[in-house]
Amino acid sequence: MSDVTARVYVTPKRGILDPQGKAVQQSLHALGFTEVGDVRVGKYIELRLRDTTAAKADERVRAMGERLLANGVIEDFRVEIAGG
Amino acid sequence: MRWGVVTFPGSNDDRDACNAITRVLGDPAVRLWHKDRSLGGVDCVVLPGGFSYGDYLRCGAIARFSPIMEAVVAHARAGGAVLGICNGFQVLCEAGLLPGALVANRTLRFVCRDVRVRVETVTTVATAFCRVGDVLTVPVKHGEGCYVASEGTLRELLDEDRVVFRYCDAHGRVGPESNPNGSLHDIAGICNAERNVVGMMPHPEHAVDRLLGSDDGARVLRSVGAWLERRGTLGPSATEVVPGP
Repeated sequence: MSDVTARVYVTPKRGILDPQGKAVQQSLHALGFTEVGDVRVGKYIELRLRDTTAAKADERVRAMGERLLANGVIEDFRVEIAGG
Repeated sequence: MRWGVVTFPGSNDDRDACNAITRVLGDPAVRLWHKDRSLGGVDCVVLPGGFSYGDYLRCGAIARFSPIMEAVVAHARAGGAVLGICNGFQVLCEAGLLPGALVANRTLRFVCRDVRVRVETVTTVATAFCRVGDVLTVPVKHGEGCYVASEGTLRELLDEDRVVFRYCDAHGRVGPESNPNGSLHDIAGICNAERNVVGMMPHPEHAVDRLLGSDDGARVLRSVGAWLERRGTLGPSATEVVPGP
């Protein structure tokens, strides 16, 4: 049991309009980064969990993602657990 | 009938809603705090506009877990009238009382102006006092008002006649130039399957006096009483309070 850092990446679902991504893409094109294809702008959430294990933290953070951190109608999320 | 208007931290249209209810409709309005656990027996709950919890995480995402929301969900599931306006609409979607979600306007700009919306169905709590095809002038003011939903959800909404309002022009024609936020199918408001819960981005409570440009919003608010009366489920609070023994 130790402290664990969880990283949650929330991104707009495929097929859901992402006007921010679109604006960033256009801006990058205007700057000459013409190789840029699709851009999706999402959120990064970092959580510090006390006295837990990587496996337990993963399960709990997934539950947090389902309930609050992401809205399944419009967003996907992925969790990364980093020990210590 | 008795109304309840919920105030979340960051709500800012709660007073306008109360003003419209008490001064225009002449009905009593109970102020409900987000920490309350009871609705105090009101017939209709209004979730007002604003920026509950600073719109942190997602609009309505935090408010949806407020203590009062358990009572609102129970009221809605029991068939009680619920009207979610702007941020209130976002809260209803986050709470799962209405399907879909509201995301950033396609222009990425906050939009604040009068729009026209066409009444698509009159068998809902927010339109029982209107006619199909009525064009109402009401203001919008939001940054996240673009309604999105999965293909399946959209089909369900259309098949079940649950699109309540669509953005349109003065003649009732829909089209991209009349859609302020890029909402799919020009959707400005929807209802649940039982039609007792309506969410809408435009603000009827801001359009209750011609002096301020339009009083069309009053028809939306009057619809609630008309709908409850038609359904015959207006609570005892609607009549004179009978003193006990």
